[in-house]
Amino acid sequence: MSGERQVGIVLVSHSGPVADSVAELARGLAAGGVTAPVAPAGGLPNGGLGTSAELIGRAAAAVDRGAGVAVLVDLGSAVLTVKAMLAEGDELPEDTRLVDAPFVEGAVAAVVTASAGGDLAAVEAAASEAYGYRKT
Amino acid sequence: MLDTDFFRRWMTAVAASVEREADHLTELDSAIGDADHGSNLQRGFTAVTAVLEKDAPATPGAVLTLAGRQLISTVGGASGPLYGTLLRRTGKALGDDEEVTQDQLAQAFAAGVAAVGQLGGAQAGDKTMLDALLPAAEALATSFDGAANAARAGAVATVPLQARKGRASYLGERSIGHQDPGATSSALLVEALAATVADGAGA
Repeated sequence: MSGERQVGIVLVSHSGPVADSVAELARGLAAGGVTAPVAPAGGLPNGGLGTSAELIGRAAAAVDRGAGVAVLVDLGSAVLTVKAMLAEGDELPEDTRLVDAPFVEGAVAAVVTASAGGDLAAVEAAASEAYGYRKT
Repeated sequence: MLDTDFFRRWMTAVAASVEREADHLTELDSAIGDADHGSNLQRGFTAVTAVLEKDAPATPGAVLTLAGRQLISTVGGASGPLYGTLLRRTGKALGDDEEVTQDQLAQAFAAGVAAVGQLGGAQAGDKTMLDALLPAAEALATSFDGAANAARAGAVATVPLQARKGRASYLGERSIGHQDPGATSSALLVEALAATVADGAGA
């Protein structure tokens, strides 16, 4: 566990309301201690559906506490935009990682783990493990 | 030799072509996608020409790198990171030379196309941009016009294919019979390259 500095979580969705609500849900379910920094980056700056590199960059900078940033994405251009930004090298904070996880369940797992003081690897593992939880 | 101004004119020609074909691209995209390809690319390439004018990058590589970066920032759909990666990787492969040869461009473009394949995880025959870009990259070493023809033929050849990547893949067999919008815009990009060469030769 990494002490005071918590891993930041960025939630990228094609839709502003989806990203905002999932962030609210994850924060709510993680409540109890100091909640890790979470920032939604949903939709386009004009409110339309899509993926905005600008909003993603801003969200990542806002949650970066020096312990790494985990980025969760919904689909399509959200995945490709984050991958392309990571390939560039200077548009996202150091130690930013795209996490392979289901968006809602992964966000909850990531925020709970980060809030408990888990490091970036622990946050990534918890979010990815959410794929394994079967519902039937 | 191809200088910085050539690459700037190429990007301007792409912007003009996308502008002209925007409705057609969106129409193709409304058949198997989410009907925004034309308007997305139009917004992206308008921003590209503006930033190239403002920042005036000094080398061919810098022109394409800046253009690619701008597309990633402004497009808002999957074509942004895909075309952005294509141009940026091509630009990086060109290095800092003030002029480049056709051969250098062909090699750099092939590296850019490979990066697109890696980013999207697509292969030839998946009904994507790559179906136009891969044959174009192969032909580019010998001829600009050949590359344009190969890209156009590659785009037309996507009609009978079933989409295996992106939103169109959810349609399964219903994606058959439509020309892929991404392959179509990729052909515009390569046709604009050949047209820029032809314009330069005539000037």
